[in-house]
Amino acid sequence: MSYKVTEEGEISIVHLDGEIDMDVTEKAKEVIMPLIEAKKEVHLNLKEVQYMDSSGISVLIESHQKATELGTKVILKDISKSVLKVIMMAKLEQILNLG
Amino acid sequence: MNNLAQISEQRDFVVSSSSLKDVRSFSREVFEKVNIEQDLKDELVLAIAEAAQNIVKHAYQGEDTEDRMEIKISLENGNLEIGFFDKGRPVEKDKIRHRKIDDIKPGGLGTFFIQQIMDAVVFKEGEKPWINHLILSKKIDY
Repeated sequence: MSYKVTEEGEISIVHLDGEIDMDVTEKAKEVIMPLIEAKKEVHLNLKEVQYMDSSGISVLIESHQKATELGTKVILKDISKSVLKVIMMAKLEQILNLG
Repeated sequence: MNNLAQISEQRDFVVSSSSLKDVRSFSREVFEKVNIEQDLKDELVLAIAEAAQNIVKHAYQGEDTEDRMEIKISLENGNLEIGFFDKGRPVEKDKIRHRKIDDIKPGGLGTFFIQQIMDAVVFKEGEKPWINHLILSKKIDY
């Protein structure tokens, strides 16, 4: 997994790339969580994520819950077909913010 | 591509989260030989990777080890069977359950995914030298 963070005003956009599994979830959290803790609105661009497993979904849930707790939000953008399928399999399409 | 596929392939991997990408590569290589929809291939790869992840997370509780796990993928007459063999802690079958799907919290989804994708999930005691033997099966139309 690789990533790039860009800023647009009060919004932090995290572009994730590659495969997100148990081996990279800590790295993903290290990138995303500080942005949420800084109370930024975070957009996760998932266009280039070709694979995500239950560990990756857990990162999305944790991020969403942390943001809600801190009064901000995480929005999932440009979700790739394969990631959307896993989100739907987990029945989270109504829970997570899909933008 | 094989329309009348009869496949039996196995490979072993170090029990580590860093092996999961190799598990996926192996699974993809095997399913490339079978004439089934890409969506189904992706689901099967996910189920296999989730089961391998469960070995790393639960049978070994994330501890570093030099132990290896073995994965065997067999397909005969449309019956797909995927065997997982490990030498970790014995699986306590009664404790295995996925979280309730409406209980939104991180974790517990891997087993749910496996059960969604596969027709049957069976835990057996492994024959020596293995401790655990998990069998995932599914009827495949191709």
